Amino acid sequence: MISFKGVTKRYADGTVAVDGLDLELATGEITVFVGPSGCGKTTTLRMINRMVEPTSGVIAIDGVDVTTRPAAELRRGIGYVIQQGGLFPHRTVLDNVATVPLLLGWDKKKARERARELLPRVGLDAALGARYPHQLSGGQQQRVGVARALAADPPVLLMDEPFSAVDPVVRAGLQEEFLRLQAELHKTIVFVTHDIDEAVRLGHRIAVFAKGGHVAQYATPRELLAAPEPGFVTEFLGGERGLRKLRFFAELDATPEAARPGSGEAPGATALGEAPDA
Amino acid sequence: MNAGWEWITDPANWHGSDGIPVRLAEHVGYTLLVLLVALAIGLPLGLFIAHAGQRAAFAVINTANGARALPTLGLLVLIFLLSTGSDVAALIPLVILAIPPILVNAYEGIRQVEPQVRDAARGMGMTGRQVLFRVELPIAVPLILLGARTAAVQVVATATVAAYINLGGLGGYIMDGILLREYGEAVGGSVLVVLLAVSVQGLFTLFTHLVTPRGLRKEHA
Ligand SMILES: Nc1ncnc2c1ncn2[C@@H]1O[C@H](COP(=O)(O)OP(=O)(O)OP(=O)(O)O)[C@@H](O)[C@H]1O
Ligand SMILES: [Mg+2]
Repeated sequence: MISFKGVTKRYADGTVAVDGLDLELATGEITVFVGPSGCGKTTTLRMINRMVEPTSGVIAIDGVDVTTRPAAELRRGIGYVIQQGGLFPHRTVLDNVATVPLLLGWDKKKARERARELLPRVGLDAALGARYPHQLSGGQQQRVGVARALAADPPVLLMDEPFSAVDPVVRAGLQEEFLRLQAELHKTIVFVTHDIDEAVRLGHRIAVFAKGGHVAQYATPRELLAAPEPGFVTEFLGGERGLRKLRFFAELDATPEAARPGSGEAPGATALGEAPDA
Repeated sequence: MNAGWEWITDPANWHGSDGIPVRLAEHVGYTLLVLLVALAIGLPLGLFIAHAGQRAAFAVINTANGARALPTLGLLVLIFLLSTGSDVAALIPLVILAIPPILVNAYEGIRQVEPQVRDAARGMGMTGRQVLFRVELPIAVPLILLGARTAAVQVVATATVAAYINLGGLGGYIMDGILLREYGEAVGGSVLVVLLAVSVQGLFTLFTHLVTPRGLRKEHA
C-alpha cells in the first residue's frame, strides 16, 4: 500500500501544487489520478519515487517512509513511465528496456534476455529490439516505455499520461493490452491522466484532483459515476450529459468482461467489471 | 603558388633537422599537446557549467568567448617574455584559443539533451554520475567532437606563430620565407599548414562518424 499523510508540496516559487493530501492506494490495484491541467497530479506521482520531495507530510510504501531510502535505490524498485516516453535516443530498444536490470547489476546477457522476453508482452515485435527510438512510431515508443518500467519486475508502477501522445485508436489498443498485462502482473499502479474516459476504463479507484492540489473525490468508477460530488467533480465529468455518456460506455465496457483483470486478487477492489450485472 | 609547389616537392627540403617531416612532426606534436590540455580543462568545465546555474554558465562562456578575441601573437610574446622563454609557456595562448570551442560545445551538448530523457534517466534510478556517463555524454558526443575539431583546426593554423619565438613547426618556413624573401618556402609552408588542417578536419569527421552512437546518426531519421 502507498499512503500519503498530510502531504504538501510548495515549489520554490511559492506555488502550492499539493495541499495537505491524505490518500491510500491499495496494493495490486490501479489507482488513477485524474483532473484538469496543473492540479498537482504529476507532482503527487513524483513524490512517490522522490523525483519531487514533499515540503511536509509523509509518503510511505508498505509502511516504509520513502525518504528513508536513498533516492536512486528507491527508484530502481519502482517502475516509472514518463509522459512521451523519454526513451534514450542513443540506445536500442532492447538496451532501453534493459536499463534498470543493468543498474541493479544483472549481467548484460541476462538483462538483454529479460528485455527480449518483455517486448512481445507489451505487444512489440521482437525484431524491433534492434531499432533505435526514433525509428519507432509514437505508439511503439509508448510500449517501449512501459516495457522499460516493467523490466526489473517492480511491485509498484508509476505511469504519467503514458498513452496521451497517441491517437484514440492506438490508445484504446494500448489500454486494452495494459489491462490484460495487469491481469497477469497485479502491480500496484498509479496512473495519471486528464482523460476521464481513460480513468473510468482503467481505474479500480479514481482520485479526482481539483485546482490547488487537493482531492475532490476518491472513489471507485462506479461510485464516482453513480454519485459524483456536486460542483467541481460533476462539472469535470461533463455535467449531466457527460455523466450519462460515461455511464453508458462504462456499462458497455463492463459487460463482455465478466471478471475484470486483477480485480479478483485485489482486496477491497470494487472495479467496474466485478459486478457486471449490477 | 608554383614556387611553393616546387619547394614542397624539392627532395632537399625533406631531409635534416630542418626538413618537412621534422617540422611537420613538431607542428602535429604542438597541436596534440595543446588540444589535450585544452580538452582536459574545457571538457570538465563545460560539463560542470552545464549542470551549474544559468548565471555561472553565462559568466564562464562569455569569458571563454572573450578570450577568443585576444590577439594570439601579442599574448604569445607577452607570455614568452614573462615566462623566461619556456617552451611550454609558449603554448598557453594556443590553449586559451582552443578552450572556448571545446567548452562551449560540451556545454551545448549537455544542454541539448532533452529534459524528459534526463528525467527518465533519474527516474529509472541512475545516480548523477550514471546520468552523466550513460546518458548525457553519449548524446553529447557529436557536439563535443565538433568542438574539438574546430579547436584542432584553429590550433593547426595558429601554431604557426610558435615560429616567432623559435619553436619550429611549419610556421618556421613561413617566417623564414618572408624574412629571407624565399617566397617559395613561405608559400610551401602555408600550403602544408592548409593540408594539415584539412587532414585534421577529415580525420575528426571520420572519427566522429565512428564513435557517434548509431541511434543519433541523422541519416537514420
Ligand atoms: N518545478 C516546478 N516549479 C514550480 N512550479 C511547478 C513545478 N512543477 C510544477 N509546478 C506547478 O505546480 C502545479 C502542479 O503541477 P503538476 O505538474 O503537478 O500538474 P498536473 O496535474 O500534472 O498537470 P498536467 O495535467 O498539465 O500535467 C502547477 O501549477 C505547476 O505550474
Ligand atoms: Mg502532469
